[in-house]
Amino acid sequence: MASAYLVLDDGRIFEGFSWAATGKTFGEAVFQTGMTGYQETLTDPSYHKQVVVMTAPHIGNTGVNETDNESAKIWVAGFVVRNPSSVTSNWRAQNDLEAELISQGIVGIQGVDTRAITRHLRDRGAMRVGIFSGLELTREEMVVEVRKTEAMTGSYLVRDVSTPTTVVIPAIGTKKFTIAAIDLGIKGATPRALAERGVEVHVMPFNSSYAEIMAINPDGVFLSNGPGDPSTMTDVIDVVRELLVAEVPLFGICFGHQILGRALGFETYKLQFGHRGINQPVMDKNTGKVEITAHNHGFAVKAPIDAEFATVFGRGEVTHTCLNDGVVEGLQLLDRPAFSVQYHPEAAAGPHDAAYLFDRFVDLMSKKVNA
Amino acid sequence: MPLDTTIKSVLVIGSGPIVIGQACEFDYSGTQACRVLRAEGIRVILINSNPATIMTDPEFADATYVEPITPEIIEQIIAHEKPDAVLATLGGQTALNAAIGLYERGTLKKYGVRLIGADVEAIHRGENRELFRGIVEKVGGESARSKICHTMEEIMEAVVHLNYPVVVRPSFTMGGLGSGIAFNEAELRQIAGAGLRHSPTSEVLLEESIIGWKEYELEVMRDHKDNVVIVCSIENLDPMGVHTGDSITVAPAMTLTDVEYQKLRDLSMNIIREVGVETGGCNIQFAVNPDNGRIIVIEMNPRVSRSSALASKATGFPIAKIATKLAIGYTLDEIQNDITKVTPASFEPTLDYVVVKVPRFAFEKFADADPRLTTTMKSVGEAMAIGRSFSEALMKSLRSLERKEAIFSWPVVTQTEMLSLLQSMKIPTEYRLQQVQKAMWAGASVEQVYEATKIDRWYLRQIEIINEQALVISQPGELSKELLRTAKAQGFSDSQIAILRGVSEDEVRRARHHLDIRPVYKTVDTCAAEFEAFTPYYYSSYEEETEVRTRTTPAVIILGSGPNRIGQGIEFDYSCVHASFTLREAGYETIMVNCNPETVSTDYDTSNRLYFEPLTLEDVLEVVHAETQAGPVLGVITQLGGQTPLGLAAGLKANGVTILGTSPDAINLAEERGAFGNILAEQGLKAPQFGMASSQLEATTIAHEIGYPVLVRPSFVLGGRGMEIVYDDAALGGFITRATDITPDHPVLVDRFLDNAVEIDVDALFDGHELFLGGVMEHIEEAGIHSGDSACVLPSMTVTDEQRAEIRIATEKIARGVDVRGLINIQFAIADDTLYVLEANPRASRTVPFVSKATGVPLAKAAARISVGSTIAELRAEGLLPTSGDGVAQGVSVKEAVLPWNRFRRTDGRGVDAVLGPEMRSTGEVMGISPTFGESYAKSQIAAFGPLPKSGTVFISLADKDKGTGIEPAMGFSDLGFHILATEGTAIYLRKHGIECTTVRKNSEGTGAMGEKTIVDIINSGEINLVINTPVGRGTRADGWAIRTAAVQRSIPCITTTAGFSAAVDAISFLQSSPLSIKSLQEWLA
Repeated sequence: MASAYLVLDDGRIFEGFSWAATGKTFGEAVFQTGMTGYQETLTDPSYHKQVVVMTAPHIGNTGVNETDNESAKIWVAGFVVRNPSSVTSNWRAQNDLEAELISQGIVGIQGVDTRAITRHLRDRGAMRVGIFSGLELTREEMVVEVRKTEAMTGSYLVRDVSTPTTVVIPAIGTKKFTIAAIDLGIKGATPRALAERGVEVHVMPFNSSYAEIMAINPDGVFLSNGPGDPSTMTDVIDVVRELLVAEVPLFGICFGHQILGRALGFETYKLQFGHRGINQPVMDKNTGKVEITAHNHGFAVKAPIDAEFATVFGRGEVTHTCLNDGVVEGLQLLDRPAFSVQYHPEAAAGPHDAAYLFDRFVDLMSKKVNA
Repeated sequence: MPLDTTIKSVLVIGSGPIVIGQACEFDYSGTQACRVLRAEGIRVILINSNPATIMTDPEFADATYVEPITPEIIEQIIAHEKPDAVLATLGGQTALNAAIGLYERGTLKKYGVRLIGADVEAIHRGENRELFRGIVEKVGGESARSKICHTMEEIMEAVVHLNYPVVVRPSFTMGGLGSGIAFNEAELRQIAGAGLRHSPTSEVLLEESIIGWKEYELEVMRDHKDNVVIVCSIENLDPMGVHTGDSITVAPAMTLTDVEYQKLRDLSMNIIREVGVETGGCNIQFAVNPDNGRIIVIEMNPRVSRSSALASKATGFPIAKIATKLAIGYTLDEIQNDITKVTPASFEPTLDYVVVKVPRFAFEKFADADPRLTTTMKSVGEAMAIGRSFSEALMKSLRSLERKEAIFSWPVVTQTEMLSLLQSMKIPTEYRLQQVQKAMWAGASVEQVYEATKIDRWYLRQIEIINEQALVISQPGELSKELLRTAKAQGFSDSQIAILRGVSEDEVRRARHHLDIRPVYKTVDTCAAEFEAFTPYYYSSYEEETEVRTRTTPAVIILGSGPNRIGQGIEFDYSCVHASFTLREAGYETIMVNCNPETVSTDYDTSNRLYFEPLTLEDVLEVVHAETQAGPVLGVITQLGGQTPLGLAAGLKANGVTILGTSPDAINLAEERGAFGNILAEQGLKAPQFGMASSQLEATTIAHEIGYPVLVRPSFVLGGRGMEIVYDDAALGGFITRATDITPDHPVLVDRFLDNAVEIDVDALFDGHELFLGGVMEHIEEAGIHSGDSACVLPSMTVTDEQRAEIRIATEKIARGVDVRGLINIQFAIADDTLYVLEANPRASRTVPFVSKATGVPLAKAAARISVGSTIAELRAEGLLPTSGDGVAQGVSVKEAVLPWNRFRRTDGRGVDAVLGPEMRSTGEVMGISPTFGESYAKSQIAAFGPLPKSGTVFISLADKDKGTGIEPAMGFSDLGFHILATEGTAIYLRKHGIECTTVRKNSEGTGAMGEKTIVDIINSGEINLVINTPVGRGTRADGWAIRTAAVQRSIPCITTTAGFSAAVDAISFLQSSPLSIKSLQEWLA
């Protein structure tokens, strides 16, 4: 097996074996702790420009299939695993994982001490990384190459992942509502979850203007997940503020939550190593109940947790927090129909505990319609 | 809501003796429960009849009742102690059934006691198959098509619709007792008939066969605020058809996508909510069709289970501990994760390693038992291993079993053999995986093996990779660093590599160390390294970075006892745990090495550090190396974990490791018959005449010298494995032929067998100067019955003061002669007023916990202290040992063994013979304590086997050699008002001695001309309340066997020795005159 190297910004190098496509790739090194769902992770646009280290040691056992894709392609910049599977065993599998990665040109590395890498990232923080295989480069040359790449902080990536034109996903059963979903890197599971609730979803480009959005006469607007630094998203934030003024029911998740937070005037900041996994406990502060949720975020909103807060759009509150580290996981306005969560109620991969949030969005739209 | 302050005292119900399907995992869970409750300031009242448990140590509860776990006794305890609540979800099915009994008797209502954890309705909804089916359907799940039946007629009607093969599952039994798969009517009649009898509600479920489907189990927890988490997913490598307890299992699930896993998760959460398990843990089992993903919900346990213990060890999430906290009012988010300290328990552990559990069987103990694995659990223990890949974990787990047959090997396998392997693997047996590996080694494809076994192709591919690696290793040429690293990372042991390379294990190890290839140790941390771990719970792996922390305090490494097996079980774990507790108190850091997930020793709370590793020389040497790098290591304690660590002592010492306590040379001195014989001779002690033979001729010569009967056995074994009493040359010849392949390196011992001798067991401490005699136990069964299977009483009943003094002197002489530092166990026999030394074991014995409970002296703790240099005098001064004198029993304590007869069937479907012998077969033990022998013996019998009859009919059949000693007890039964039945020979003898009885026909005589029933028919018709049947010599004599198996299958008490017969007279006489008393250990020892 050919050697491959995982080279971190701070000079630490892990040696393993070439896997998937050979060559080199760069991105932000992050670790993902889900024991299932590698296919969903690979195809989640939020992982754009990230090199994902899987902490689960065996990856690829169940191959890949068409139905579990969260978008049309694999987005991760590179894939780091301990033991890739040399066999695919699942009745739904249509292709081997490695073959799929190669066909999409994704550079990977295997046989590395993924736990050591994870501990390093946990202690030092997410950082730039490169994977090199089949290349004649010295260690120093590799580190220099990694340091030439762009860091995640300040990255504006939404243009790469958003749909160029509006795509309509019809409601399943009787259509009750129409919404605009601003595609900042949306996963397939989200429109699916809404469609199941009788919502027709217009997935619109990230740079849709307020007028373009209102042109479809939406009952609500959804702000999707996506990659990059939320502080770079000034244009979308402006559109969101207009929607808030117009009191259009608004629901944001992940990147969309950060954008709502910024629209309300809060800062966002980069977490040491982020939340990426499907076992994160989040407490709904209003019910006191805990939900186990899927997370994928490197940034978070800074907002007062203990009391209501005032914004130019009226009163608001933090509705959810992460029980592991107290990070703000949900926001809502009390005087206007807008709320958001930092995590993924659409799951895929992950538990379905938070699916009720889609119902809450539907309720919000019902109230607005009835009002 | 935090702690429910209305709960001031809780009665915890334990699980009783270790039996197949219910082992020391419930000591682990119960011990955690007691600790949690006491830490909350709640008064803990405990009932458990099993003295070998940590939970019954007086310091774990405020009032510890070592009493039979029956609703009647528990009611007495409730009346006396007035607890606010009863916690029954941590003591297995035994505790749950007891709780239902209390509810049905109205005890809970009468005394205003709450059942916490799960209420009776929830238990019913979870365990009653019809109700559960309804729940599954309601939440959108599917159950196997099935029919509940209460009679054989209903069963025969149902099978017409379900078709063969059909699965039979009795309701309310544990470990799948009485269940099985029937392929035709004859099998169905037999399995379902037994099932109806085993089920307390005479209810069995017949269902469509889903044999060969993928099998999964999810461990679920819920709090009273309805927060639900999945602690662990477990996948069975063995597909449906083999009981989970007998399957090789893997955590986490390896072959499900997220979509499929989430379906199981959703179903689990909906089911636990609908069943209404208010707080605590439960597990839910699923079958998944490998061709289309159809999911069938199999069953749930609304309580902490064996799988919960496994899941706790596999994830670091202590289910029992948290279940207890939830039961007293906390919610998951209010409980801290011990390992990370900063995150709460309301999360789902994520693993960055693979866990493999493998079962350990004891078929060699039950020669005529059917070796097929079915839905009735047959394994007696298990080993778990953790690795960073499946193959690493699997290879480690297989060597943890301590069975050479279990370890993968790569001999030449012919095509014919391969084809026959492909054939035999269709039927699951103990070594199916090894058959798979060998067949694939010989070229069988993944598809061929899949067709034969339905083991998921992913696992089969992993086996294939291991074989491919073996081929590479076996190639001539240099053992390169890269090759060695890869092999180690795949889990190959030094010994496996050595065999493949044709060199010695030592050479491989030296080469490996020379190349600086050593394992690193990773932490089990519940979170895949997302957060820092503060609990040093380690496993080895061949990778880059080790996580062993440096330390400054001197450390003592304690080797545990590995998987439970007959002859080495919880008693040894008890001693190891005690050593760890006491050495921590004495200021040392303790480091536990063990691979048994059921135990208290592998709780990360027990020692300062835990290494979940196989107990082999290689694995232990690496732990010692790693810890020596980390800080000062005082040495290794090998004398507390039974034969497993003892067997490693010499190898460790040869590799420069300090052995604490009795030295390996001294151990050898005691175990090597010649050397030990010399010590006895020097000290003027008598042993039964014996000789050592390495050939058949030698054996016969010795036997003639000594005179038959002789006791023959291979040396260096525990539990009397392969031990037999033989009466003639032919039997001796047969034994030698079989025995030589058990332990080829050691000769066969031939001892004179002392007929009708009283057997004595002694546990003592020696520090080089002073002897402390822990206890002198007298066996109730005479010599010839393995001490582990014999009931015994402390204090001894028939031993005179002079004899006791003689025993003490002999014990001291032996301890001094062997040069013991710590514990020694000696077996003596008294025959014709002469004291004989049978054997001495310079280590903790099976009886240490029993003696400690009966006398209140913590022998294992003292032994651990002596092995690090304390003297008995110092320990007396400290108060760990009594200030003067030896151990004194409080009251009369009887230990009784529990035997697994009802678990095994012969291939023809009939029961295995329920007869005691020199080979140990019991899985566990109970203790009865009271002021008198009769009452204590009665308690022990009730705890071990169920109620003894106070009146009715007793059937007596005595072998000729037993007729003399049987007269007195027979007279006793007659005096107690029992109607006596006997077969002809016995009847004539009894009448001759003035005992009235009715003659009945033997089974072999068949039904009489006038339709007179045989004794077996009478037993089957339920007209007999007690069976006394002493076997004729060794071997299955058809009549006795038919009687005993009939009794076992109908759960009628069956006594097979005249000594047991006599004791039963005392017991029943007590039961007729007064109710059983109760008294806590704390009161006894006060």
